[in-house]
Formats: sequence, structure tokens, C-alpha cells
Amino acid sequence: MLTKLLSGDTPRSRLLTVILLVVLVCLAFAPFLFPGTKSLETAARICIFIVLVASYDLLLGYAGIVSFAHTMFFGIGAYGTALALSATGPSYFSLAWGTLAGAVLAAVFALAIGLFSLRVKAIFFAMVTLAVASAFAVLVSQMSWLTGGEDGLNYKIPRELTPAFKLVKEKVLDVRINGKLLAYYLVFFASAFLFLVMLRIVNSPFGRTLKAVRDNAFRAEAIGYRVVWYRTTATVLSAVMAALAGSLLAVWLRYTGPATTLSMEIMIDILLMVVIGGMGTLYGAVLGATLFILAQTYLQNLMGIASEATSAVPFFSTLVAPERWLLWLGVLFILSVYFFPSGIVGRLRAGRA
Amino acid sequence: MSDTSIKPRIEKVPLSEQFFQKLPVMLVPLLALAGLLAIGNPASWLTLTVAGLAMGMMIFIMASGLTVVFGLMDVINFGHGAFVAIGAFVGFTVLAWLAGWTESPSVLLNLFAVLIAILAAMLVTGLLGYAFERVIVMPVYGEHLKQILVTMGGLIVAQQMIYVVWGPDELHISRPEAFQGSLIFGEAAIEKYRLVAVGIGLALFLAMRHILQNTKVGLLVRAGVENGEMVEALGYRIRRLFLVVFMTGSALAGLGGVMWGLYQETITAHMGSEIMVLVFIVVIIGGLGSVEGCFIGALMVGLLANYTAFLAPKVALISTIALMVVILMWRPQGLYPVVKAK
Repeated sequence: MLTKLLSGDTPRSRLLTVILLVVLVCLAFAPFLFPGTKSLETAARICIFIVLVASYDLLLGYAGIVSFAHTMFFGIGAYGTALALSATGPSYFSLAWGTLAGAVLAAVFALAIGLFSLRVKAIFFAMVTLAVASAFAVLVSQMSWLTGGEDGLNYKIPRELTPAFKLVKEKVLDVRINGKLLAYYLVFFASAFLFLVMLRIVNSPFGRTLKAVRDNAFRAEAIGYRVVWYRTTATVLSAVMAALAGSLLAVWLRYTGPATTLSMEIMIDILLMVVIGGMGTLYGAVLGATLFILAQTYLQNLMGIASEATSAVPFFSTLVAPERWLLWLGVLFILSVYFFPSGIVGRLRAGRA
Repeated sequence: MSDTSIKPRIEKVPLSEQFFQKLPVMLVPLLALAGLLAIGNPASWLTLTVAGLAMGMMIFIMASGLTVVFGLMDVINFGHGAFVAIGAFVGFTVLAWLAGWTESPSVLLNLFAVLIAILAAMLVTGLLGYAFERVIVMPVYGEHLKQILVTMGGLIVAQQMIYVVWGPDELHISRPEAFQGSLIFGEAAIEKYRLVAVGIGLALFLAMRHILQNTKVGLLVRAGVENGEMVEALGYRIRRLFLVVFMTGSALAGLGGVMWGLYQETITAHMGSEIMVLVFIVVIIGGLGSVEGCFIGALMVGLLANYTAFLAPKVALISTIALMVVILMWRPQGLYPVVKAK
């Protein structure tokens, strides 16, 4: 049953299993284990980014395609839901059609980009997607009549998902059972479902062919697989998944803007999460996203302490200043590309007895 | 010399094919003409055209290093933008030190200050290029996926180091006296600095063409692009050549950074990654590895960006993307692909 749920792709390492279980339990019971708004925000962000990063891994790790347009699809999903909610009111119907419209639009865009440029070298594709994504970001910030420009969109979501909605009068385990909690569990279960779907995809014959294409496109073509078709399908699938993750973010934040969905920083974050977690293993996305967001939220405090402690050393203290946490992640990133190309997950799996 | 020596026979390319080959050269004048028709007013057209050419030349300076490095080493350096930013910061720091020279009315001192700033920027970015190639790029030759990832990582680290060294704020500096102000041609006002940029860009293009076409180093570089192993087998150290080309490319990025910084008069640590989008578009339009294509692409992007900024400000960046798409529909590998894209 469990193996079937995971599509036969078990963690294959005892330590990894333990870590994944810890992450799962923490996320599943986050509102009760870590009371407080900030920790709930962090937990929801982790859930959403696990889906987003896993969808990118589908592209980078399984198909070997480097795309810089992933935030574009994330943004399309988020804006789809956001626009539907602000245009046709905070109903579940508008939530549904906005999400669907976002996913379909993302698929169409991905298909266009894929058919147009996937025949060429990896480097070429990376550059084209970078250009297209930045043009899209500019377009969104320019079309302020539709998207609210740089300010983004604020909108209402169905009442049952807002803190104003009380499900139970009393507190349960010292936690208010309100709409916010429901929204969190919506995000959690939707993310878990999407993750399992992706696990299913990569462990299907399609996923295996994708790996063959990644490892040797020439040979795959010679055997008779149509490489471009596989690559394009992978791009479309991953774009749809990213759009759905974007919809989740839109529902959770009740705000959508260029900074939260489209910026180049988010693209770089995704890249870092995939590589540090482990390319080509969806579990890597779980670890990468969790570690990265925890670092983003809490490492800065730690570095603040380190910077205080070393304030006597002039140059070093600026190196460990809290704002410079990305510097160290960048160094870690380069090192992990060299020494652990399969990331944390690959390392754990290789190390199993 | 004996008469029996075999004379190479050069086959004549049919005229129609020659025309097709030369066609991209016509694109820039055609675009300028289209701009004239769309804008109508010759004076503003002239201003915009010079501005577009200046912008194109600066993009060319940044893109040429990148594209030559790609052609020779098959490495696209996503960290190239960091060299642009670092070059700009070094240049600005030097100019700030030489404030006495830049503020003096003497043209010679002004020129001297800018020259020193440029040399310092090129020196620093060239040396950084050396370190970058040795530490970051060398272990991943031949692996595109890793190259992209690692050079992105290099970009992140370099940007953060800019924050560490120069602090998080953007820097402002005004151009030296001699480069301020405009010349008036009839009704058109043309900023002096833009003419300088056009001059430097043109000189660089001609110099690069000369080096690549007519010198032994250029011959080796071109041969290396065709078949690196063969050049190696003939006894040339292609690795060393790689390194020199990479350093030159980085230094050119630094030069471009200083010039772009003086153009904008404001620099940030992110300026590199912002300008990289335009640089990539230019490299794609020109065809990976081609200096001529890069030159034509840069001028087209510069002109188009300025024309559209005047006619319809909201679509400026979109228009360059549209240009890229149109060019790729026509020639899927770019205008003059040097390296056959697989």
C-alpha cells in the first residue's frame, strides 16, 4: 500500500527515511507542534516550495533541461487564481476556474517554448528561457491595469479559509481551529497530493524514458524515441505543476505580486534548492526546500549572532553579516555541484550500508 | 617553387547564396530606415539612432567576450554579468579617487582619468576571469548542465561579494566634464558620451575582426573553434589559449561595465544580471560564437530598444524578445552560427 502510494520509489536509505518522516510529521502537525504565525507561514511556504522545486526537478533532474522560465509558470498559476478571485468574487468556483485557467495557460506557454527551442543545445535553451522569463516579468509589471503592476493584487478568498471563520469555539491543544488552519491543511494536502502525482510520473515508463533521453539523447533518438516530444512533454508537465504550486501560494498569501512569484531571486532559490537537495530525486526537492527555507528564515538570526561575536574582526564580520547568507549558500551550491552532484539525497543513498 | 605545385581551387559560391549570406548585414540599415518611417521627425530620429547605436555598441562590448568564449571553449558563462558589475564598481571607485581630475575642465585630464578607470577595471576583471576559469569553470569543461549551474553559483557569490566590499547601496557618479553635454546638429541634440561609446565600440569591433582574421592568434582561435584537438596535436597549447581568451572576455565585460555605468551614471550589484538579458538576446540573435553576428545583433537590439522606447515605452523589452523570435524563425541558429548547435 505504502510502496504503491510512493510509486515504488522508496527513499532507499534508512537515514533518509527517518529525515523524510520527520519532515512529514513536522509539516503535517505544524500548527500544533509550532504554534505561532511565523512558523505556520514557514511551514506553508515549505509545502508550496516542495511542489515547485519538485516540478523543477522533473525538468532539470529527470530531463536534463535547464530552464530559467520556471518562475514564469509559477507566476501564471498564481496570477490566474488571483485574477479570478478578484474578478469574480471570493467563491470556490472562481478559485477553481482561475486555477484551471492558469494551469492551461502555463501548459500552452510551455508547449510553445518547448516546440520552439528544445531542439537546440542546453545552453541555448537556458538563454532563451532567461530572456523570455524576464520579458514576461516586465510585461506583468507594466500591465498594471490587469495585474496591479509592481504593487500586485490583494483579494479575498472564500470565507471558510480566513482566520475570521471559527470552526470550533474552544481551542484544541491550545490552537485555534479557524479558517487559517483549514487553509494550511488545504495547502498541505494539495502539496502532498501533487508530490505523489509527480512521484508517479517519474516512476512511470515515461519517466524512465526521460532519464534515457537525459543521459544520451542521441542514442534514445536512435532507438526510436522522439526526443523532442519527450522533452516538450516534460516541460509542459512541469509547467502545469509549477502553475498549481503558484495557485496554492496565491490562496495562502491572499496576495500576488511580481516579487513573490516572478522575480529572478526566486528562480535562483529554486535552482539552489534542487541542486543542494539532489537532482533527479524528487525527495531531494523535499530536503532542499525544507533546508533552504529554514535557512532563509532562521539562519539569518544565527549569522547575526556570529557577526556580533566577530565584530572585532573587521572583514570577517561583514562576511558573516546576516544579509550575506546567500553568499554562503552560493559557495555551498558550487561545492555541491562539484562534489555531490546528486545532492544530499544521492549522498545518503550512496552511503547506505 | 615548381610549376607542378597543386594550386588550390576556390569554388565560386553562387551569387544567390552569397546574397543570402550577406543578407544580415542589411538588417541594421533596414531597421534604421523603418525607424525613420515610423518616427517621421528626422531630428528625433537622429537622436534616437545615435542613442541606439551607442547602447548597441556597449552591449556589443559586453557580448563579444561572451560569444568568443563560447565559440572557443563551448562555455557560456552565466557569471559574465558579475564581471560587468565588478568592472563598473572598480571603475567608479577609481573615478571617485581621481575626482580632482574628472572635475577639472581640462579634457586631457578627464580622458586620463577615464582611461585609468577603464584600465583598472579591465585589469581586475581580467584577473578575476583567470581565477574564475581556474577555480569554477575548469572542472566542468564539456558538461553544459554543470557549466550553467556552476557559473550561476559563481554569479551569486560574486554579487554577494560586491555587497561585502562596496556595501549594499547603489553608487552614483557624474561623467567627467568633457563627456557631459550634447552637440547640436541642426535640430538634433546628441550627447557627447554616446558618440564616444560608438567610437570605442566600433574600434573594438574592427580590432577584434583584425585580430581574428589577420593574426596568428586569431588563426589559432578560429582553428580551435573548428577542432581543438587538432590544434593541440599540432603543438599549440590550446588550454593556455583558452585561458587568455577567457581573461580577455572577462576584461571586455569589465570595460563594458565601466562604460555602461558612465552611461547610466548609477550602478548596483544587480546591474550585471539585468544587462545580461540583453546580452544573451544579442548573443542568440548573432549566433553563438560569432563576433560579426553579435555586432549586428547588438546594433539591432540597441536601435529597436530606443525606437520602441520612444514610440511605445511599455513594450521596449518585449520588442527585443520579439526581434529574437523573428530572427530565430528565419535562422534557427542565429544570424552567423560559428559553432553548429546540436
